[in-house]
Amino acid sequence: MQHLVNAISLGFVFGLVAVGYALVYGVVKLVNFAHGDVFMMGAYMMFYASVLFGFPWLAAVIFGIALTALLGVGIEKVAYRPLRKYPRINSLVSSIGMSFLLQNFAVVVFGGIQRSFPVPEMMKKTIILGEVRIQSVSIYTIIFSILVVLLLTFILQKTRIGLAMRILSTDFETARLMGINVDRTISFTFALGSALAAVSAVFYALRYPQIFPFMGQYPGSRAFIAAVVGGIGSIKGALVGGFLLGMLTVLLPAAFPEYSGYREALIFALLVIVLVFKPNGLFGQEVGEKA
Amino acid sequence: MLEITDLHVHYGGIHAIKGISMKVEEGQIISLIGANGAGKSTTLRTICGLKEATKGSIKYEGVELTKLDTSQIVKRGITMVPEGRRIFPNLSVYENLMAGAYLRKEREEVKKDIDYVYGLFPVLKEREAQRAGTLSGGEQQMLAIGRALMSKPRLLLFDEPSLGLAPVIVKEVFQMIKRIHSEGVTIFLVEQNAYEALKLCDYAYVLETGTIVLQGTGKQLLEDERVRKAYLGG
Ligand SMILES: Nc1ncnc2c1ncn2[C@@H]1O[C@H](COP(=O)(O)OP(=O)(O)O)[C@@H](O)[C@H]1O
Ligand SMILES: [Mg+2]
Repeated sequence: MQHLVNAISLGFVFGLVAVGYALVYGVVKLVNFAHGDVFMMGAYMMFYASVLFGFPWLAAVIFGIALTALLGVGIEKVAYRPLRKYPRINSLVSSIGMSFLLQNFAVVVFGGIQRSFPVPEMMKKTIILGEVRIQSVSIYTIIFSILVVLLLTFILQKTRIGLAMRILSTDFETARLMGINVDRTISFTFALGSALAAVSAVFYALRYPQIFPFMGQYPGSRAFIAAVVGGIGSIKGALVGGFLLGMLTVLLPAAFPEYSGYREALIFALLVIVLVFKPNGLFGQEVGEKA
Repeated sequence: MLEITDLHVHYGGIHAIKGISMKVEEGQIISLIGANGAGKSTTLRTICGLKEATKGSIKYEGVELTKLDTSQIVKRGITMVPEGRRIFPNLSVYENLMAGAYLRKEREEVKKDIDYVYGLFPVLKEREAQRAGTLSGGEQQMLAIGRALMSKPRLLLFDEPSLGLAPVIVKEVFQMIKRIHSEGVTIFLVEQNAYEALKLCDYAYVLETGTIVLQGTGKQLLEDERVRKAYLGG
């Protein structure tokens, strides 16, 4: 039971990072390799807001999310927008470069040593229900992740900018013909995707409170796999993919401790199996009708 | 209403439009005919600001359009039913229509116009909540027209609306164009189906590899020997 709660909450964390990938991919068709590093930057911004400026915890988190969203918008402006009219591989390479840039920036400016992410008291508690012990942070993660997903769904399905994003994801030129401002919509998409990265960074750092410049790599690659398994570009798929990975990551070693060394191999085996049977991922649709 | 003067358009090294001039008077139906690759779509896309002109001017009610971006052009009352319809297949029929009204703020008016479009195309009302990708080709063309109407255009550009449709549906589409025209919308119609287009229009231009080679009233061109040979199958 405690493993299950733990697995679900980690699943949500991976899921949220993956949704950020999927969102950006869905709209601009770019696999943003810097996403995991934006996640890392989010964690540092919260850390500094809290430790250096002495912001109260919640204020630091909100400040960090806002700043990370801005960072995402900035990255798109300098690293991807100028390349938009060229083949997509250019932006892809640019995003890999951006990933290294952010990591090295973090090493130089924030320092290579690990820092302790502030964890408020109420997140440290362990809830004991008879035999099972559940960490309160897992519960918070699950509740807030669900709220975030609902909010995101609302934005995509019910708002004007959400409509613009969905239109942009199928057809840039006709989107322009509708009068949609393509640049502004893409900026908003990056803001949203980066904010999601920051939100997931909060939950991740609450669980593993040591933050360091390369902390984005592991969840970033996890989320990338999750997004591919789910069908890249599909929000639902990314969430389900993240979920599956979170489950595997936690439940596998718990159920078969003797095989836990094979965890990574199993996760990649899952990726391969899904891609063999469903090349577009679990929720990916046929070319020409993207979700 | 619309006046194009010495317009040139390039795609990299390709000189697609080589100095064309044309005029659209308010209340008219103007046709532009020509073979595949003549530059018809390029002309329309340049009017809408989807493609930049290299030289020349497009004046709409005294305003130079070549300097404006598409959203400003659409706001001024021009829109297009693009070639191949280009409906948004993953969005519902209703959302497609709302996409057409993207720039409009007056909710009540937009609602009325949705009802107006549903009046024109009852089938869209029936399929309101359905994904647009599930519609038949003819229905998708109706949706593309309805979506264009949602921006409340005064000048509506059609890029080969009959392309790939069954003859019965083609007839319906042309009837619908006539009806929209009768309600006060000026029409600029691009077609390969030269016979229908010439029959319908007040004035027509013939485009060949980026140059206007002939112009005249629909009647004149229907009787023109060269047009008969090249576009009407003898
Ligand atoms: N996106 C593009 N890139 C390069 N060349 C293009 C592009 N679109 C059209 N062209 C070229 O411009 C010319 C006119 O094309 P187009 O306007 O589509 O003609 P039509 O609509 O009359 O069939 C053609 O030679 C075509 O190859
Ligand atoms: Mg064409």
